[in-house]
Amino acid sequence: MSTVKEDVRYAESHEWVKVEGDIAVIGISDYAQHALGDIVYVDMPEEGDEIEAGDVFGAVESVKAASDLICPVSGEVVAVNEDLEDSPELINKDAFETWIIKVRMSDASQVDALLDAAAYAKLCEDE
Amino acid sequence: MKEYDKLIFEISKPGRKGYQLPADKYGVDGMSAIPAGLMRGEAPELPEVSELDVVRHYTNLSNKNFGVDTGFYPLGSCTMKYNPKINEELASLPAFAGLHPLQDVKSVQGALQLYYELQQALSSLAGLKEFTLNPYAGAHGELTGLMVMRQYHKLRGDDKRTKVIVPDTAHGTNPASAMVAGLEVVEVKSRPNGSIDIEDLKPLLDDTVAGIMMTNPNTLGMFETEIMEIASLVHEAGGLLYYDGANLNPMLGKVRPGDMGFDIMHINLHKTFSTPHGGGGPGSGPVGVSERLVDLLPTPRVVKLDDGSFDVVYNGDESLGSVSTFFGNFGVMMKAYAYILSLGRDNIKNVGPMATLNANYIKESLRDLYKLPVEGPCKHEFVFDGLADKSTGVTTLNVAKRLLDFGFHAPTIYFPLLFHESLMIEPTETESLETLDEFIDVMRKVAIEARENPELVKEAPVTTAISHPDETGAAKNPILSYKAMKA
Repeated sequence: MSTVKEDVRYAESHEWVKVEGDIAVIGISDYAQHALGDIVYVDMPEEGDEIEAGDVFGAVESVKAASDLICPVSGEVVAVNEDLEDSPELINKDAFETWIIKVRMSDASQVDALLDAAAYAKLCEDE
Repeated sequence: MKEYDKLIFEISKPGRKGYQLPADKYGVDGMSAIPAGLMRGEAPELPEVSELDVVRHYTNLSNKNFGVDTGFYPLGSCTMKYNPKINEELASLPAFAGLHPLQDVKSVQGALQLYYELQQALSSLAGLKEFTLNPYAGAHGELTGLMVMRQYHKLRGDDKRTKVIVPDTAHGTNPASAMVAGLEVVEVKSRPNGSIDIEDLKPLLDDTVAGIMMTNPNTLGMFETEIMEIASLVHEAGGLLYYDGANLNPMLGKVRPGDMGFDIMHINLHKTFSTPHGGGGPGSGPVGVSERLVDLLPTPRVVKLDDGSFDVVYNGDESLGSVSTFFGNFGVMMKAYAYILSLGRDNIKNVGPMATLNANYIKESLRDLYKLPVEGPCKHEFVFDGLADKSTGVTTLNVAKRLLDFGFHAPTIYFPLLFHESLMIEPTETESLETLDEFIDVMRKVAIEARENPELVKEAPVTTAISHPDETGAAKNPILSYKAMKA
């Protein structure tokens, strides 16, 4: 049903992280968007906000439920995807192409602790 | 007639009126009796319609509505029991309906007596010392109760107690109310059967805990069998126990929150005590407390004097103060009072067991076709995790919509969040065996349709006035007024 992309890492709370240099590009997985259903609003932090790994950095609201977004890495928010303000449904269309925030990581090794595609696929299967 | 399906503003015709005032007294436009200084500059944009237009429009509209008076309404977590008409009769007695809250207490003794006796009846059913009936509804009751909790610790000088423990299965209002009360929310995990994991709870119980909020039975309809141990752990840690009365119905007359160790609770009169809700009328969320918290309750309070008369107390050194205008939704209290007295002390004990029996009857009759994630007897409600056979892609939403075609209200869907396809059914005690059987037949039929003719279920409903409203559009771009629609 849902796809798991190979070249990103995953948090157990269903965010994906793609590393581009010292920047972590963060979104939610296809599995998560599928479980949420039609997304109607994305609550995002401000550029410049400092975030710790494990912090709630926003929320995704769908017709079914509102779900917290949890940041898998620590650092400074350097960009938020402004397209989502008017078009939150972009996440439903392509969860992996639609990033939510970009974070300049203060500790890139935090990514190593995240799940790889195989482990994440297994997690989704078990849920 | 399609004409009356339009909005009342679209039916409007310039100059059409529903009344006529004598022209010699009020002028041709009916306005000449109003002093010029009090006239507004522009006419209000009201629909111009005849009385018949109004009656047909709203009668047609009401026929499209669905309520407990229309048919079975198994909306889980909402306790959509039948609301006896005698409640309405009592609440509309002119001697009560015409009262003003600022009248002299001597002239409203009957109303004060009713308030006092209802709070006593609730106290006796809940095993607590006293109730305030002032909060307007469930979530307002939660907020009031949590303010009592905060006040308790504050008066003791125990300022560091700011954390409220909330299970991950809780109603969404619990963490929301705690936040509004200025407290911090800490989540405690549940076991696969939905009950609180005591091992996960223990490390949370330090000297910063203000209390725990629980629903028992929990939102999966399962009784928390370890409640006595949880209560003593929380009390030993210096915290208080808050009981969310949303699921009180199966306990009614059998188990009392006070006896389970709870210190504070709210009751939804509009659920357990048969007053209308869900568009049918305002709620009421009385809050009850144990003896040590009585003085903290909000004001005004109704007290009984030694001579048997009643008085109103507006102040109290430890009281929270007022949480509502005067006494809250008094009309709702009258309906709940009528309900309790109609049933009486003995019959009210059958409410919980009958609600429980009905829920288990439906659950056991459907569990081969719907996925039952938690085994064992439930209380007043239970949760399926969608169809047992999900191979055709028919979702819980599709099943819920298909039920509308058969004249049933949909169950609660996609709550609790523990499962992806939650379908939560609560029949209440007021339904007959025939109604339950008909519902079971239809649920079985829908499950078979989902396997054999999935497109039919996915396209449902086909018999309702509106088939597929744009839910996403409604959430994203709500049109909240006629002006906004025209713009």
